[in-house]
Amino acid sequence: MADALRLRVDRLDYGGEALFRDLVLDLPKGRWTALIGGSGVGKTTLLRAAAGLVPGVEGLGPAALMAQSDLLLPWLDVEANVLLGPRLRGGVTPDLRAKAADLIERVGLGDARKRLPAELSGGMRQRAALARTLLEDRPLVLMDEPFSALDAITRHRVQDLAAELLDGRTVLLVTHSPPEALRLAHRLLLLEGRPVRLRPLDVPASPTPRRADDPALLRRQGQLLEALAGEGDKGRATCAA
Amino acid sequence: MRGLRPLVTAAGLLLLWQAVVWATGVQRFILPGPAAVGKALWGRRDLLALHAAVTAAEVAIGIVLGCLTGVLMALLLAAFAPLRRWLLPVLVMSQALPVFALAPLLVLWLGYGMASKVAVAVLIIFFPVTSAFYDGLKRTEPGWIELARVMGAKPGAILRRIRVPAALPAFASGLRVAAVYAPIGAVIGEWVGSSRGLGFLMLHANGRMQTDLMFAAVVVLAALSLGLYALIDRLGRRLLRWQPETLAV
Repeated sequence: MADALRLRVDRLDYGGEALFRDLVLDLPKGRWTALIGGSGVGKTTLLRAAAGLVPGVEGLGPAALMAQSDLLLPWLDVEANVLLGPRLRGGVTPDLRAKAADLIERVGLGDARKRLPAELSGGMRQRAALARTLLEDRPLVLMDEPFSALDAITRHRVQDLAAELLDGRTVLLVTHSPPEALRLAHRLLLLEGRPVRLRPLDVPASPTPRRADDPALLRRQGQLLEALAGEGDKGRATCAA
Repeated sequence: MRGLRPLVTAAGLLLLWQAVVWATGVQRFILPGPAAVGKALWGRRDLLALHAAVTAAEVAIGIVLGCLTGVLMALLLAAFAPLRRWLLPVLVMSQALPVFALAPLLVLWLGYGMASKVAVAVLIIFFPVTSAFYDGLKRTEPGWIELARVMGAKPGAILRRIRVPAALPAFASGLRVAAVYAPIGAVIGEWVGSSRGLGFLMLHANGRMQTDLMFAAVVVLAALSLGLYALIDRLGRRLLRWQPETLAV
């Protein structure tokens, strides 16, 4: 792939097992790539490797991270949390302050700018984390099940917001949710086996975020769920019964 | 009503105490009644204030120095892994040593003045503060540290901006323990050898059968300790308002 970020993992073991062997992950620039697979298959490890957090694996360089938990610092208000990156690197400029205020407004937290994380709902916290991710303005955005702790309706709204605000960026999204992957991804990879193989799956051709009632999405969602459920031994046993 | 409950209980205990004194007719140099103690408190207030000021100064200096050394040690342990391997086991073992047993030595080395009492207080405070703060530093949410690393933060910035603030609640509980122990340390130091302070006054009054004055000194010491604890507790809550538990109060 010509215009893509390429992550190579020559070998990585986990718990005495061969997790990755000569694995190559291409992330087309400006597109969302989703990794899907059962729990414990290695999705998060692959994302951490891309972030440069796995010893012995060279990451993909500067990235912004959005994790399953919002990771807001409880002693900082929303604005200070959004400015965490510059604060840690030692340079909060007036420009960045203005940008943070703008981003906070765009994720709909204008009135909550000075509030502490403990005073926010789960959806508001994840929106604050989204604003923090956007302020980083990195070429690559890594998202590890960032919406899984939200209720269904909030999740849907925050997905829309993320798709809108991160449009045109290179995004790696780890998820265990077929509807989420199918709503947001331009490219979908299924992780399976030991060592892990990446199996490309079809996604609907329509632009993202796709509607949850898109017939193409719904059909693929069913197929994907069956594929995921049939993957493990437990899944096969259930099917046979 | 809830705020009054401890006062009512205390008043009840005082009444019981006075009743025991009346009922048994025990001599006042064995057990003076609360009225006699109150009289001594008021009548000897200048003397009590003089000695209380000395003890309070020892406790205050002891807490400040004990916290400074404890915080410094915890930061060193958290920042440098080799230091941790060499020092931590020794530090834990040193806790088996009763600090009170060292008080005579400290008085021998540092003299009858304040220095030896401050040293006893510092030695007692040092470990709880170090271990509480170090525990807090060690238990920082790993996700915060990874996020900071991906953001390109250097270890120094992570320590200062994330690990230290995250460890403050743990430090505050270490500080509360210190507030309880510091007066004990100072008084023990005074018992071993001194010419001033509430501990000295207690021994002095005891030797002269002025039991009411001794009780008065204990009351002043208790008030001092309670005041210190309340001050530190309030300070901690104020600074750590972001903690969900304190937020709810």
